[in-house]
Amino acid sequence: MAVEQRVNQTVARPMDKPKMGKMARREEREFYLFIALWIIGFLAFDAGPILASFVISFTNWSMMSPPAWVGALNFQRLMTDPLFYTALWNSLYFGVGSVGLGLIVSFLLALLLNQKVLGISLFRTVFYLPSVVSGIAVAILWIMILHQDFGLINSVLAWFGIKGPGWLVQPQWAKPALILMSLWGAGGSMVIYLAGLQSVPQHLYEAASIDGAGPWMKFRNVTVPMMSPVIFYNLIVGFIASLQGFVLVLIMTNGGPANATLMFGLYIYRVAFQFFQMGYASALAWILLVVIMIITVLQFLGAKYWVFYEGEVAK
Amino acid sequence: MNVDLSGRSTSAVTTQVGSQARLGMRNQRRVQTLVVYALLAALSVLFILPFMWMVSTSLKESQDVFSYPPSFFPNSFIWQNYPRGWTLLPFNTFLTNSIIVTTANVVGNLVSCSLVAFGFARLRARGRNILFLALLATLMIPREVTIVPRFLLFSQLGMVNTLWPLILPAWFGYAFFIFLLRQFFMTIPTELDDAARIDGASTFRIFFEIILPLSKPALGTVAIFAFIGNWSNLLDPLIYIRSQELYTLALGLNLFRGQNFTQFNMLMAVSIITLIPVLTVFFLSQRLFVQGVTLTGMGGR
Repeated sequence: MAVEQRVNQTVARPMDKPKMGKMARREEREFYLFIALWIIGFLAFDAGPILASFVISFTNWSMMSPPAWVGALNFQRLMTDPLFYTALWNSLYFGVGSVGLGLIVSFLLALLLNQKVLGISLFRTVFYLPSVVSGIAVAILWIMILHQDFGLINSVLAWFGIKGPGWLVQPQWAKPALILMSLWGAGGSMVIYLAGLQSVPQHLYEAASIDGAGPWMKFRNVTVPMMSPVIFYNLIVGFIASLQGFVLVLIMTNGGPANATLMFGLYIYRVAFQFFQMGYASALAWILLVVIMIITVLQFLGAKYWVFYEGEVAK
Repeated sequence: MNVDLSGRSTSAVTTQVGSQARLGMRNQRRVQTLVVYALLAALSVLFILPFMWMVSTSLKESQDVFSYPPSFFPNSFIWQNYPRGWTLLPFNTFLTNSIIVTTANVVGNLVSCSLVAFGFARLRARGRNILFLALLATLMIPREVTIVPRFLLFSQLGMVNTLWPLILPAWFGYAFFIFLLRQFFMTIPTELDDAARIDGASTFRIFFEIILPLSKPALGTVAIFAFIGNWSNLLDPLIYIRSQELYTLALGLNLFRGQNFTQFNMLMAVSIITLIPVLTVFFLSQRLFVQGVTLTGMGGR
């Protein structure tokens, strides 16, 4: 919605002559030339595949033999597939947990760094760095950190006389362990929050002070509303990203123990590239797309009640 | 004179009256700063500890990795773990492949995304808004939805088990980078374009000789994001690459893990080696990073 606003603002330059001039027509031709690469990519790698996967989802296809039309069979199978529900639940659990806690951690870090402390850039580096190093090296590192007997976390817990759980071995601890790991990367959204905090107009705080507001009131009534668009952006992007990421899980647990970390993306990957059931994998993928769309729409609808856009004050 | 004096005296009086309260406030602020620093220091340790653990493991003797109780510091520093881990598998080949793929991706992203972003930022045309929304919508599409048809596409083209599926998509634009560059291009005053146009410059020249040179920070950010994203990309190599001589570093590490899972020390050593380029780039260009994140992050406002 915000984006739409911005688009409209920038497009508002006049182009409304009833008949387009030669210049305008040339500009239009040039526009399409400049974006031609993306159009090809969009058709070949985004729109085409989405439509294709919709068609494939109604077939049975192992790639060895030609696809066979099976109607809605894949979707019927999906309704009775316990692993489908497990994967959906796991992904939502991880998504809500990692995005929710990530929001709190990164926002708190940003608030701390916004206190005009000396050495802010050093601290920013320290918090931001883990979010830059991703991929397999991190997965391996965290396998070690979360190890039941020799891991870093349980060693630290042992100092305090606490016997830590088998993080990646016990089904009830596996998802919390992954969420904990995701918090290590909170620095990425911290930087966005920090930038947002620094652009909150100072005079709003001064006005609040004059009205006798304490620190909490200022936070509640100035910081949070002014930051709500940034928080909203991070929620949307973070949730979509969390539903997609499964490579770390693939390496660390491969969905185990007892399917406790079988994420939706991992399930699709498994059905497609290990069982070679392209039709069923496409059906699952489409359901994921629908789920993401529903959640995004719900977030946009909910945003009305808590996201504050400066430009909308007049309404 | 009189007015001046009285003014001075009143201010002196208020200072005296307020000094008590101000002293309290100053103390309060001092305590607050102290608390902030204590929290920051504690959190920094938490964020750094995993890295230290990684380094310490990479320097340990094999039998010390799983000693009980676990020790944070290695008994002796086994620097040999680094060259030995690296040569256990053909990591030089993997490194070459990673460099090829990553370079092709960075260049491809820079070329394609800057062209497209210029179109969206500067040229007016019917259908532009709807196309821009379509572009943003692709950011919302989970990769899982398209991996199957993409795989089918590349297998039709006979490109499975080549590096092409890892390289080609980057040459056709990536919505996130296009958005980032467009946001940046829009901050460049259009007067510069107009002046050049009056001097007879073509649109492409305006793009190439005015916009691009002014956009070095944004282009740098895109290059860095593309570099980091590709360097550690595991999913695409996992799907498309079969033969070991085409493995990238990420894939090689994964293979290494399967074969030598007990040798955590060497695994950590090689992991650290693969992280060095990322860390170097990060430390050299932190400012660009933060700028880029900010530019797109604020784009949501």
